[in-house]
Amino acid sequence: MDWAFLVVAIMNLSFVLGVLLNLGGVLTWVERKQGAVMANRIGANRAYIPIPIPQKGGGVKWSKRFTVMGLWHGIADGAKMIMKEDYTPPFVDKYIYNIAPWFAVVPVLVTFAVIPFGGPFQPGIMLSDVFGLVGADFASEWVMALFGERTFQMQLADLNVGLLFVFAVGSTGIFSAALAGWASNNKYSLLGALRSSSQMISYEVFMGMAILGLVVIYGTVDMNLIAQMQGDVWFGFLPKWGIFLQPHMFFIFMAALMAENKRVPFDMPEAESELVAGYFTEYSAMKMGLFMMAEFIEIAVIAGLLTALFFGAYHVPGVHGAGDAFYWAAHPELTPGNYVFGMEVPHVVVVVGRVGSFLAKLLFFCWFQILIRWTLPKFRYDQIMRLGWKILLPLSLVNLVLTAVVVLLIGG
Amino acid sequence: MSLDLPYSQGGEFVDLPHDIRLRRIYPEGEDYDLSARTVLNVGPSHPAMHGTIRMVVELDGETIVGCDVIPGYLHRGFEKECEAHTYHQAIPYTDRLNYCSPLINNFAWVETVEKMFGVEVPRRTQLIRMYLSEVSRITDHLTCIGAALMEVGALTPFLWMIEVRDWYWEHICRVTGARLTQTYARIGGLARDVTDEWLDRCEQINSEHLVKTLRDVHVLVDHNRIFIDRMRGVGVVSQKDAISYGVTGPMLRSTGVGLDCRKYAPYELYEEVSFDVPIGKYGDNYDRYFVRMREMEESMKICRQLDPLIRATNGEEIKVDDSRVSLPPKSEVYSNIEALMNHFKLIMEGQRPPQGECYHAVEGGNGELGFYIVSDGTGRPYKARCRPPSFVNMGSAHLQLLGAQVADIVPIFGQINMIGGECDR
Repeated sequence: MDWAFLVVAIMNLSFVLGVLLNLGGVLTWVERKQGAVMANRIGANRAYIPIPIPQKGGGVKWSKRFTVMGLWHGIADGAKMIMKEDYTPPFVDKYIYNIAPWFAVVPVLVTFAVIPFGGPFQPGIMLSDVFGLVGADFASEWVMALFGERTFQMQLADLNVGLLFVFAVGSTGIFSAALAGWASNNKYSLLGALRSSSQMISYEVFMGMAILGLVVIYGTVDMNLIAQMQGDVWFGFLPKWGIFLQPHMFFIFMAALMAENKRVPFDMPEAESELVAGYFTEYSAMKMGLFMMAEFIEIAVIAGLLTALFFGAYHVPGVHGAGDAFYWAAHPELTPGNYVFGMEVPHVVVVVGRVGSFLAKLLFFCWFQILIRWTLPKFRYDQIMRLGWKILLPLSLVNLVLTAVVVLLIGG
Repeated sequence: MSLDLPYSQGGEFVDLPHDIRLRRIYPEGEDYDLSARTVLNVGPSHPAMHGTIRMVVELDGETIVGCDVIPGYLHRGFEKECEAHTYHQAIPYTDRLNYCSPLINNFAWVETVEKMFGVEVPRRTQLIRMYLSEVSRITDHLTCIGAALMEVGALTPFLWMIEVRDWYWEHICRVTGARLTQTYARIGGLARDVTDEWLDRCEQINSEHLVKTLRDVHVLVDHNRIFIDRMRGVGVVSQKDAISYGVTGPMLRSTGVGLDCRKYAPYELYEEVSFDVPIGKYGDNYDRYFVRMREMEESMKICRQLDPLIRATNGEEIKVDDSRVSLPPKSEVYSNIEALMNHFKLIMEGQRPPQGECYHAVEGGNGELGFYIVSDGTGRPYKARCRPPSFVNMGSAHLQLLGAQVADIVPIFGQINMIGGECDR
């Protein structure tokens, strides 16, 4: 039994799930608060946790209302949805109706498995550094015995099919909308399901096409390798991120991802102004909550994908990818030692810096998507289709051909 | 403009069960399989519907190929109620017609009654009525455009506009005593006078909040590709059809007809102020949006011209001095038998206009808002009839809906600005 691998896998898993599930809750608050700020409102600020303070002479005094800028609203929402009556309308197909919400959540969570969020790390060295710092030498020895100097990836599944896995799993998300809409036995739901199926299938097509340009350049679909390659530097200062390789494709890819997530401006399947709530009109309580949760987690997943493919994944801007040294202090001969201004940097700092960098970028793109949601009007169904098939798909194809030619001519 | 213009009927009628009369179109040049069509019932309490209106649409995929618009779910019998009440008691009912601009309805009603009496209200009253009408027009258009923007998905500008609308309503509340159901007009006058401070603050709202919000909304959506795609070419009504169907207001003006009651049949003192009547070109939703945005600016312009005029009449009487119409002052009532009797008769029997009939129209938020009253000489109208602009404008709804997409239904309704209270009365 490879205990070291198991421990690392559990560490990775708890990190990813912790980040994603919490973001699913926190982003509902961000969405409200950001929308409120943009619309000159106050936003969520009412939910609070009352803390009982026992008094000397008996009795309880309640503390002040700790609203914490309304952060409790996410928890209150979750509690509300769990405790509401889970009503299943009599006219639905019970089995499919009940299983559909899970098709929404699972693919979203699974997609994140191949996103590298911290690059290579040596848990033995890292943890023994930390334990050594606090003086727990026996723990240092123990982790060194367990991990040695082995290098692991901070990624749930280091698959060599990386990107293809994203597309494969992502496309199963269609099932949730299609099944939910079909099983609900409601015309609004059905219209929503039709819209979401056609929209997601169409956008899946050129989402793949849009990213193929990058794949041609990198020569691999392994997300981990793609992330590593983005650590290189051009002209001594410009990081070799995907955004600088294919800036135009970044916008197309982002549009495709947002269309996959069915949010404004692509929220045709939900379309609250004409289809009530689209494919989940008939859902209530936590089943509806699962759809909402999937939507908000997918914001984070989209942000993760954009970060991993276009914004240098875990690389800190200004820090050399391979050597973890600043560009201006980097000497090729120093790699892979960790040098900043000639000083060696502990491995733990490098790891924390990388994970922090990834999270910062992730949060930025979450914020950016919510900004878009509160700024733009939404498309009409036929306009989405026209945009996808007649504009974005040809653009992606042209880009793919041009990229391939250029890559052949230059590097080959 | 002759009235025998040919107009588009749009489709043929098909009777469905449950008293639904569908107006159906058939795409040309295709062998059509009718079984592929879906009938979808939108409303009457669809979350996005303005008020409660029911619409049965027949869909071919996402395209609307048949529709039946069924208003009347908010029918309260306004006209019949008026017959059972005195002229004065009907004023609160008019608040509930177009609840986005209740004051215009108030004034239209009392002016119709005043017209029957043949009295002329004091200048100050007329100026204040104009001022408040224009403020109400602004709130009406703010609501309409805000809702229209929300329906195409732009929630943020909607909230900006509703914020400004609330500044106005809160401020109107200071003089009328209510935000929504204001009941501010009185036959022959006004409930109470406005002060200079009130005018100052109103001008402050105009110049600080409204101007800024209009600018922001223009910047945010005017050149937005998505917004243009959603609004341009959607809900088109040709000029001929608009005239034939009796469409008025911003909807008519968006087709290029510069018809405005304030210009062609000036009431109150609209001859004294100068303003433009913005017109559109294509008669689609985008033009309606622009016409309404421009009208708000024009209303603001009128308010600014009225401001010094109202201040100049400070301290003047706001009630007409006519014992048939106005209540005598309280001091007279308690000291003078004639005044007491006058008061008693006016309260118990109501104002009694001479026998006859009368139609008076004003420019409401959505178009020509008219009241037609037949008097038999008693204190209650023999017959009262309201010409609700949005009901008439709704008559052209099928022209806009047939051939449109499902997603266009709600924006089209938003720009017709069907107000349930007014349409169904």
